[in-house]
Formats: sequence, C-alpha cells, structure tokens
Amino acid sequence: MRVMAQMAMVMNLDKCIGCHTCSVTCKQAWTNRAGTEYVWFNNVETRPGLGYPRGYEDQDEWQGGWVLKKGRLRLRAGGRFTKLLQIFSNPKMPSIRDYYEPWTYDYDTLLNAPAQKSFPVARAYSLISGKPLNVSWSANWDDDLGGSREHAVKDPMLKGIEDKIRLEFEQTFMFYLPRICEHCLNPSCAASCPSGAIYKRSEDGIVLVDQDRCRGWRMCISGCPYKKVYFNHKTGKAEKCTFCYPRVEVGIPTVCAETCVGRLRYIGLVLYDADKVLEAASAAADTDLYEAQLGVLLDPDDPAVQREAERAGIPGDWMEAARRSPVKRLIMDYKVALPLHPEYRTMPMVWYIPPLSPVVDAIRDTGYDAEDRDNLFGAIDALRIPVEYLANLFTAGDVAPVERVLRTLAAMRSYMRDVNLGRDRREEIPAAVGMSGAEMEEMFRLLALAKYDDRYVIPTAHAEQAHALEELATDCPVGSFDAQLPAVFGEGSGRPVPVAVENFEMLRRRQEADSLENQLIGGQRKQGRVNLLNWDGVGLPEGLFPGPDASTHDTSKDGSR
Amino acid sequence: MTTLLWVIVPYVCLAVFVVGHVWRYRYDKFGWTTRSSQLYEDRLLRIGSPLFHFGMLGVVLGHVMGLLIPQSATDAIGLSPSAYHTIALVGGIPAGAATLAGLAILVYRRRATGPVFSATTVNDKAMYAVLGTVIALGIWNTVAGSLFHFGGEYHYRDGVSPWFRSIFYLQPEPDLMADAPLGFQLHAILAFVLFAMWPFTRLVHVFSAPVGYITRPYIVYRSRDERPDAATGTRAPQRGWERPELHKK
Ligand code: SF4
Ligand code: SF4
Repeated sequence: MRVMAQMAMVMNLDKCIGCHTCSVTCKQAWTNRAGTEYVWFNNVETRPGLGYPRGYEDQDEWQGGWVLKKGRLRLRAGGRFTKLLQIFSNPKMPSIRDYYEPWTYDYDTLLNAPAQKSFPVARAYSLISGKPLNVSWSANWDDDLGGSREHAVKDPMLKGIEDKIRLEFEQTFMFYLPRICEHCLNPSCAASCPSGAIYKRSEDGIVLVDQDRCRGWRMCISGCPYKKVYFNHKTGKAEKCTFCYPRVEVGIPTVCAETCVGRLRYIGLVLYDADKVLEAASAAADTDLYEAQLGVLLDPDDPAVQREAERAGIPGDWMEAARRSPVKRLIMDYKVALPLHPEYRTMPMVWYIPPLSPVVDAIRDTGYDAEDRDNLFGAIDALRIPVEYLANLFTAGDVAPVERVLRTLAAMRSYMRDVNLGRDRREEIPAAVGMSGAEMEEMFRLLALAKYDDRYVIPTAHAEQAHALEELATDCPVGSFDAQLPAVFGEGSGRPVPVAVENFEMLRRRQEADSLENQLIGGQRKQGRVNLLNWDGVGLPEGLFPGPDASTHDTSKDGSR
Repeated sequence: MTTLLWVIVPYVCLAVFVVGHVWRYRYDKFGWTTRSSQLYEDRLLRIGSPLFHFGMLGVVLGHVMGLLIPQSATDAIGLSPSAYHTIALVGGIPAGAATLAGLAILVYRRRATGPVFSATTVNDKAMYAVLGTVIALGIWNTVAGSLFHFGGEYHYRDGVSPWFRSIFYLQPEPDLMADAPLGFQLHAILAFVLFAMWPFTRLVHVFSAPVGYITRPYIVYRSRDERPDAATGTRAPQRGWERPELHKK
C-alpha cells in the first residue's frame, strides 16, 4: 500500500443555478490575459448540450484518455512512439473553431463617434485575427438549451438514447454541469506530455504544467479527454486549471468554490493507494470503473491506513483533515457522488452528485407531491431518459448506481420533510436506501446547510515539508527571466519572494490595511513603485523610473537589495 | 579576409551558439518553446510541418555523413567514392525536396493565414530568411554542383568537410574553404550566421526533442519543494500576463 493524499472536489448539481459566476471569477483570476482569451479553466455547460469545446466527449473523434487494448492500458491516441512521430503536427488537436474565436468590441467608436443621426455601433472584432467578426459561437452558446434543436441533438452523450429523447421544449430536462480539471489520479495529459512538464504533485495530487519545461508540443491538449488543458497561443505553452494551488496551500478554497453562488462545491482530501491506480484504471468493463475507482480510495479511519500514511510521511493534521473531509463523506460514506466519465480511465477526482431535479420537476408538472418518497421512487423508475443520460455521464452508462444515488436523494427529501414539518420520522425511508435516520440527517446537513468550514476542509501546506512552500513555477506563465535584475525596474522586479505560508499573514495584513506605505512581501515597500498592469501606456507614471531619492530609499530601507 | 571568413567568423558564431544557449536556458526557460501556431490553422500545417521536419532530419543526417565522417573512413570500410555519392544523392535529394516543399508550404501558410502572420515576429522573419537561404543554397550546391557538374566538378569531401572538421580540431585550415565554389562558401558562411542566431530564435526547440519520453514513466510525480527558488510572488505582471488588446485589421 502506498498512501497518497489527493485534493478533491464534489459538486452537488442539484444546486447549480447556471449563473457562471465560477467561470467568470476563475477567468478574472487566471485567464484574463492575452493568449488565453478562449481559455476557461472552469466552464459551466447546459446538459444536454455540446459542452466546451464543442462535442469534447466524443472520444472516437478526439481520442483523449486511455483505452484498454489487449488487457493493457494505453493512451487512446497512441503510445510514446506514435506521439513522437506526430510531434510536428498533432492530428487530434482541436482548432480554435472547436473552441470559439475570442472577440472584443470596438468601444472606441462609441466614445469617439461624432454627433450623427443613427446610433454608432460597437462592432465585434476577433482578438485573433483583428478582423471584424460575426459572433456565431462561444463557450456557452447553447446555454439554457438555446438552439437546442440544432445543437443539443448532437450531444455525444445522447448516443443510444436518441430515439427516446425528444428535445421538444416542454419535454426536455436540463441541468448545469460546471467543470474544472479533474486532477486525475491517472492523468492522460501528463502521460501524453513528451517533455514531462505536466506533473502530479505528490503532496496533494494537484496536476500542474511546469511552464519552464513545457515546450509547446500540444500532446496534452489532445490527450486530456475532458479537454481541460489549453494552449496559450501567445506564449506557446499549455495551461490548465491549477486547483488554485496558491490558495489551497494556505487553506482557502479555490476561486470557483469560494465564489459559487449555489454553495454547491465541497473541497477536501481523499487518501488513495497509488499502487492500485493502474490496476483499477485497467478494469475490464467500462461499467466496472466507478467501483474500481472507489476501490483505490482509502478509509482514513482504518488503523492500517493510518500506519501506512504515517510511513508515507503524511502529516498528522492532513490525516485529521482527511478524516473530516466532506468530500470523502460524500464519495465514500454516503456514496452519492459519482465521477464524471470514469470510462476515460483517468480516475477523475472531481465528483458530482447527480441532479434529482429533472425527476422532481417531472412529478411537480404532473401535479403530484414531488416530495413523496413513493412518487419520487416511482418517477426514478419511470423516467428512463434522465437516468440513462446521467448514467452516460457518470457511470459509463450503468444506470444502477445513478438510480441508487437518486433514490438516496429522494429518500432524504421526503424524510427531511417530515423532520422539518415536525411530523413523525419515518425510519423506513432511510432504511429503504440502506441508511440510518441519523446518517441521513447528517448527509442532509452536509448537503443543505453546511457552513464554509464544513464545505472546505483544506489543510495548509507544510512549511517544514516544502522549504516554506515556495511555489514551483508551474501553472501560471511566470518566468524567472528577469529575476536577477535589481529592484529598480519597478514593483516586484528583482528577485521576488514567493507567496508562502510564512508571508501569507503579512500579505493579508497588507491587503487589509489602508495605508499604501505598507510593507510588500519580502520587505520591499510599495512607495516609489509602479504597478505596470494599471499603466495605460500614456505618459510616465510617477515612480516608473526611480528618482535619486527613490533609490536611496530602496538601499537604505531594504539594505540587502 | 580568408582568415576572417573561415576562421574568425566560424569561431565567433560557434561561441555565440554555445554561450547563447546557456544564457537562454538559464534566463528564458519560459520562452523556450516551439511557439506552435496549430491552434490558428491546421490544414496546411498538417502537410507542411511533417514534410519540413522529417526532411530536415534527413538533411541533418546527410550533413553528419558528409561533413563529420572523413573520406578515409568510408574508404576504409570499402565504400567507393561513387557508391558514396549515389547514397548521398539518393538520400539527399528526397530529403532536400521534402524540406523545401515543406518550407514553401509553411512560409505560404505563415503569410496567407492572418492570425499566423500576426503571430510572426521580426525575429521569426529574419530567421526564416536565413534558414530559407541556407537551405536553398544547399540544394543548389547539391543539384547544380554534384548532379549536373555545373561550373566544374567539386569534391566537398576534399574541401568543405576537412575545413569544417579542422575548426573542431582547433587547427583551422581556411585555405581549403577559400578555394571552394561560391555556392559552398555562401552556404557555409550563412549556416554559421544561422548558428549564431539560433539561441535567440524559436529554433531552440530543436534541443528539446523529447527523447526522454520513450523511457520515462507515463505519470510524473513531483514534490512541491523541488524548486525552492522558483520565482513567483508579488511583482509586476510577467510575460504571459499581458491583457488582450485589439489590433484592428
Ligand atoms: S482532467 Fe485534468 S488531470 Fe485529468 S487528464 Fe485532463 S487535464 Fe489532466
Ligand atoms: S457559481 Fe456555482 S451555482 Fe453558479 S454556475 Fe458556478 S457552480 Fe453553478
């Protein structure tokens, strides 16, 4: 047994209102840069729908992930030699048309138009070619089933049930699927990278791209079946969701989770047996993969696991966090969370609680009591389409686990209604899904009421473990190009001091304080420095070039610099 | 003049080549990339790029054979000069043709596809010009000189090759080169110029040919603390963090 810790997420799809706040805040934090205009580390898709990039789930076309060939696990797009032969032109790389051509509006026209009869118009221009653009696709063009007759019918997950599904509006079910990188246990992006630049952090399992080692071969982009590695077309490097590791390292949740309006995201640790991953990913049938994936996870309360974890150097507070992990409870104890597309065999670590709402809505529409257990159970049996569709997403088409989860959620719904209305508890309801009443109530608390600290149980990274947690130059394209230059080149130039546990408190103090005279991380001072990000290129902001007094200020105050 | 062209220039270029790469690797790992433009356009790239690159691999192999292996060595293994010549042409002409065709497609693509053209820097253009000229001269030398004996016969294995090797023995013999035909002279001198430009262009990606991929395990694990002096933190936006800007066309 080789115990490793993995930072994992669970999303409760019933609560997602499709507001895209997560996508927008993530974009603001990470990908609002030139070259990443089309990059959405977090995106929210309406299902049924095509997703982003268009139809990414059709692996016959995109060849992402792993397949079992003659009992052995192989990259679907071909192994090492095939990859090297294709290195000069990756045949499976999506083009910008499969994403969308990013654009902006020519707002200048609005501001500078002379007085005229008709209103001036801000036209859309492509950010790639600079030419006027007729916007006809984007990251969520089919949001809320918009244009579903044209688009949703092409959803790869409708395969096999097309004849049953009628995308006529009144009969359609719909839910939202927020997606980030899955931080897989068996990441095919990393396996596809010829340079070995994508790695899984051994402490917390976060999968990152080392920007200094990425050479732009683009194999990860086609290798990831979830299409969650993107190509920065300005820097020529691959970028992907970082699980907001600089935040997670100091114990705060990812930006998408923090800002989630529905409060539906849970973050915590799971422990797994790294020695079993390959075997589990090689399970014979696609439908065995969900169980196999559960099988690699380890119970942190098991003394044998605890012993091994200690041997593997997992610190005590991490073990404690693993025991308290909300994610572990939803995945392993209540078994209501399912992995997205286990059949890609990457062992994804963002899990989903499938939505009961299509079922509930259907009952409500018929006028029956949508919180009655029997109605709900009956509907789960009767409503084959949503269940089969969900099974295509979460269990490689096996409806049994999806049904079990939906029944559990339905049972919770009707059991808790009695509790909330002060009626007698009907213990036969939880018993029907193999739970005790107390367990069910606990699960309800976690799903419905959990506070911030219950939803996010994130142990901080260990200073003693990681030379003060200085980040690897990883996800974000931050080079050490000018790291040697002295600080006279403006704010933060010169050798920067990385954000770390030790200076996190200092950083927070600085953020919360009013005075600009505050200390920067690393003891530099803000005065006399310029944030070039805010410079519009017009004129010379004060302090762009250090005056004589600014430099004496620097040397006298900062000594070593 | 002879010394300048065939001794000083080569050594300076080689020095720049070596030191330049060390410098670039040390200070600009982030810029070390193929700068692929496949995202913008892939129909032409799918034909042009493999043609060019595989052709180029053949060309490099040919140069190793012609420049580094002395004639005495091929004679010693019983390869007659005419047999060698045939091998060189049979291998060299297709490789050269593929390279040239690939390059033509790639250059056309670069010029004709708007986004690819906007992503082309001055640095790229200069590099393509030199690279293209070197390749064209090389092919001219092969076709015109060796095949049709245009302007008299020239045995580069008696002239260019020993001169090239002499540079590395640190006993340069510039006179060998001074007598070579103009085509060869230009090809050689421009090749050295290309070497000097190399570390400062996207050509550096040649040295990241990922041969280690064959043997490494598929999944790479790395600990967080492997690069203690990695540079991030509070500072001005770095390359790659520029805001998108509209450049209307
Ligand atoms: S989901 Fe993330 S970790 Fe998994 S293969 Fe894709 S990019 Fe890699
Ligand atoms: S912020 Fe939350 S509720 Fe809104 S779309 Fe994202 S996951 Fe759904």
